[in-house]
Amino acid sequence: MKDGDGGPLLEVNDLVVDYRRGQTTFRALKGVSMTIGPGECVGLVGESGSGKSTLGKAILGLAAVTSGTIGFAGQDITRARGAARRRLAADIQVVFQDPYGSLDPTMTIGQILAEPLTASGAPREEARAAVAEMLEHVRLPSDAVTRYPSEFSGGQRQRIAIARALVRRPRLIVCDEPVSALDLTTQSAVIDLFIDIQRETGVSYLFVSHDLGVVRRICHRISVMYQGEIVESGDNERITRDPEHPYTRRLLLASPVADPVRQAERRRTWLGLRVG
Amino acid sequence: MTTDTFPASGRPVRARRGLWSRYLRRPVGVVALAVFLLVVAAALLAPLLAPHDPNFVDYTLTKAPPGPDHLMGGDSAGRDIYSRLLYGARTTLYGAAVACLTGILLGVPTGVAAGYFGGRTDRICSSISDGVQSVPGMIVLLIVAAGTGSNFTVLMITIGVFMAPGYYRISRSRALAVRREPYIDAARVAGLTNVQILRAHMLRAVRAPIVIQSALTGGIAMGMQAGLQFLGIGSASTPSWGAMMNDGYRNMQTHPLILLWPSAALGITIAALAFMGSVLADLLSVRAEPGTRAGRGSAPAAGDEAPTGEPAHPVEGSALRIENLRVAFGGPDGDKRVVHGVCLDAAPREVLGIVGESGSGKSQTVLSVLDLLPAGGRATADGIWVGGREIGALPRGRRHALLGTEIGYVPQEPMTNLDPCYTIGHQLVEPLRVVHRLPKAEARGRAREILLRVGITDPDRVMASYPHQLSGGMAQRVLIAGAVAGRPSLLIADEPTTALDVTVQAEVLELLRELQEEYGMALVIVTHNFGVVADICDRVVVMKDGRVVETGPVGRIFADPGDPYTAELIRASLDDTESRIDLDAAHDQAGQAVEA
Amino acid sequence: MLKFIARRILSGLVLLLVVTCGSFFLAHRAIGDPTPGLLGNSATPFQRAALREQLGLERPLLVQFWDWFSHAIRGDFGTSWRNLQPVSEQIALRVPVTLSVVVAATLLAAVLGLAVGIITGLRPGGTLDRGLKLGSVVFFALPGFWVSLVLVMWFAIQLRWFPAVGYVSPDQSVTGWLRSITLPSVSLAIGAVVMVAEQLRNGFLEVQNQDFVRTLRARGLPPWRVTVHVLRNASPAALTVLALMFVGLLGGAIVVEIIFNLPGIGSLIQSASQIGDIPILLGLTAVTVVFVVIVNLLLDLVLGWVNPKVREQ
Repeated sequence: MKDGDGGPLLEVNDLVVDYRRGQTTFRALKGVSMTIGPGECVGLVGESGSGKSTLGKAILGLAAVTSGTIGFAGQDITRARGAARRRLAADIQVVFQDPYGSLDPTMTIGQILAEPLTASGAPREEARAAVAEMLEHVRLPSDAVTRYPSEFSGGQRQRIAIARALVRRPRLIVCDEPVSALDLTTQSAVIDLFIDIQRETGVSYLFVSHDLGVVRRICHRISVMYQGEIVESGDNERITRDPEHPYTRRLLLASPVADPVRQAERRRTWLGLRVG
Repeated sequence: MTTDTFPASGRPVRARRGLWSRYLRRPVGVVALAVFLLVVAAALLAPLLAPHDPNFVDYTLTKAPPGPDHLMGGDSAGRDIYSRLLYGARTTLYGAAVACLTGILLGVPTGVAAGYFGGRTDRICSSISDGVQSVPGMIVLLIVAAGTGSNFTVLMITIGVFMAPGYYRISRSRALAVRREPYIDAARVAGLTNVQILRAHMLRAVRAPIVIQSALTGGIAMGMQAGLQFLGIGSASTPSWGAMMNDGYRNMQTHPLILLWPSAALGITIAALAFMGSVLADLLSVRAEPGTRAGRGSAPAAGDEAPTGEPAHPVEGSALRIENLRVAFGGPDGDKRVVHGVCLDAAPREVLGIVGESGSGKSQTVLSVLDLLPAGGRATADGIWVGGREIGALPRGRRHALLGTEIGYVPQEPMTNLDPCYTIGHQLVEPLRVVHRLPKAEARGRAREILLRVGITDPDRVMASYPHQLSGGMAQRVLIAGAVAGRPSLLIADEPTTALDVTVQAEVLELLRELQEEYGMALVIVTHNFGVVADICDRVVVMKDGRVVETGPVGRIFADPGDPYTAELIRASLDDTESRIDLDAAHDQAGQAVEA
Repeated sequence: MLKFIARRILSGLVLLLVVTCGSFFLAHRAIGDPTPGLLGNSATPFQRAALREQLGLERPLLVQFWDWFSHAIRGDFGTSWRNLQPVSEQIALRVPVTLSVVVAATLLAAVLGLAVGIITGLRPGGTLDRGLKLGSVVFFALPGFWVSLVLVMWFAIQLRWFPAVGYVSPDQSVTGWLRSITLPSVSLAIGAVVMVAEQLRNGFLEVQNQDFVRTLRARGLPPWRVTVHVLRNASPAALTVLALMFVGLLGGAIVVEIIFNLPGIGSLIQSASQIGDIPILLGLTAVTVVFVVIVNLLLDLVLGWVNPKVREQ
């Protein structure tokens, strides 16, 4: 399963995804291409309906691909199903947005974290040790094992979801708006955790978000999506400071900065752009 | 997203440790369980308990009144009623068990499969279930009874078939709800097979509702079974409550007791089952039913806590002024205070921002001004002034007369704040006609005009539309139109842009600013986003845990935050923090420094 | 709209075909040779064979069914095997009785359920609400015939307010008719009333906590206007239960009619099933299914009117 040296870990090529709604089909992705290298964090920014979550779902096998390819570590996984898809679970994992819905409320944290391991046939003892280690990794107390999700705050639940994603030591984690449901202060703590974990384990992230500030903080490279297409890609600094595409510029100017003087200026520029 | 959610988030509080012990703490549950166990015991031990052979005929006992040897007397054929009642319990329970089991075996797997897989499986299973539900079961039962020589087990299985749609619906709707939860997707990504997911997550989700459903189904099956026996279907040699009721029915004019015993036995058994199911259902879904359990929170006293925050304007010249506001919610564990003595004010034409994280009490504060706290919430204050007039002490009706006239309200979530059953036009026109007493044509004209003003270019089409036909940004414009339609002097906006996309958010903020200036309103805007504050506010109130942390003009708050918490919040806004590239560079340097 | 109705009628026809076909084969399998039941046990084999020939029972079942069904959709249900009278005439005699009881019960359930549901929904935790909770627990499961026995014992035998048994046709006396169907309808309706009220109450509480209700209040609408909005949003579940109840009531009416000695379809079904008079059984099955299809169609139309989202699907 080892990829060639220096090659990208994930390679998406001209990906098209259609959703069927009754009789009409809606093209959520219109030929999207991107790559993620090992240990890299790539941000996917866009507004609702831009297709950013769909791309994450397609990589995870949760959305059917119409055409195009998804390659992972040199292997074509575009239509991996059944056992082939389950084997990928060791390498590709997910953290969802909703810290409430993403954990089964009837299971203990220990059961939730052990599930991916026991499902793949790991012995119980081994699973227990791995769970304890992961809790430490995400800085949660070890007595969390016997408690239920409802006893934890939103930020803590998101740490649990991260631990579940990490427990099989994957090489890529798809993060679908993982901090947007959190309070500001919690949000920055969870972002720091994501960064620390990446440094410790070398895992790659596909980080889906609507918030340019968040992706600027955590991602090395950023792609901007609009109506099913990537309109602009580039490194973090350039996209968040000096975007080229008009949509990206509008997006950047539309998000208010926490500084009245600079925001007044930004708003003036935005108004000019709107009129023009 | 960061509204102050209270009470709970609407999710059922999960059954955890000791459902059993919690059940036993409910007196109704204990009594019902005891009665049911008694019936079970009577059925199991009937041969030991019954003083007589239930089929033994003693002519002297015919329609005899209760006596020492025959506790309940004799029936019209001269048999001991008490003994027949005990044996009848066996038939009743056995029949109910067969029916429930049949229903579960047919309904649950199909329901779970339909809910989980959806698509064609769902369509086929659901139409079969609907079909079964539209068949009058009693007719089929009579046909089956006529043909099978009243084979009891076959009859009860048939009843079970008609009970299956009930199980099907419940399993399907539970599976459907769970299917949409992200944790199922997470399980799939984690490499679980469909079978593993069904076993681990779906069964957990349907287990409890199935138990409750069984209590009801068991009762209904007992009723149908007795009904059949009452019609004379079933073996004559097996004692049954239904047949005994028929016997009693034929003699009820002269010997009503014969009818009373089996009717009471059937009624009590069914009621016991029903109460058990109801208590279980109660325990498993502690839905927030405000008012029933805890009542309204009691009026929070001024207490020993000092009020926080200070007004900046004289009362006469203010658009809004709140002094020492306390808010509490009644809960099962006593009152919970969420706002502890807040003071703030806003001048006419001023834009006041109330900022804080979830749980800071910022939404509760503004909802108290509207007197529209969620059920169970109660607010008290030393005074609330709107337009320089004390309104805190006004009776409810007079206070509500300010809504839609003096005070306008813009909510957070555009899609859930429009009534899905009415057109946009109706929802805009109704308050204008009812509150402002405009004639119909004039009200429509005004609504149209305001829609144009909030940037909707085709007002006629929008007025004819239903909420679900609009986009989020459009719906928020409609809500703003509704809020300013009454030309209020104070506009209260509770997180008006949080649910919107960034580009739409900028448009909506711009619109609010324009309207505020144009109509000369005071605007109180609740938000968690310091960018929004920087964009639109003149003054800011920072809240934390139900208290005001600091108040001040927007420039000063950002340039020189007086409280460390404010500074932390501004820092967390991530606008000017280092990017990942800076961070990595710093990290590498630090690493080299350590090595060196 | 017309397309929708046409589609529902078509699916109703399919349901009719499936249900009657099922009942047909079930009845033939279950009853086997109906001639002993029709002629009595003393009939000679020759007589029985002649009757079988006459009734067309020697033909393959599928042919018999198709023969029946192709006539039935034109309203011709054949003749009763017992007295060779047209089935439709006998059913037409009985249906008004059953319908008056069932429709009266449904109306009671709708009106009382609506009233109780609104009151308890507006004042959860009140005395009436606690009563409703108790009632919904008890009466949901108790069979209608059990309730009728209790009502008969009390109102007809103890208090003598209503006749215990018997039916008066509205042609003879309207008040007599009303008196004769009161107890049967009430005993059928009680369970339905609490179910409808319970659904409406829960719907009410759920809708009242929704955001748009607060926004409506914030627009200054008076409480009763807000209640109208809440009611419209809360009614679909209650309406669905009411329609389901109608099907249940049709079945429940069979036993209740026998208790009150009403000449409705109940006693007809009972006697037909005892002697194996399959045309009568099939005719009754078909008629009840038609009623169910009509009620479901009405339900869909009302639901579509109440909730515009449903209309589009």
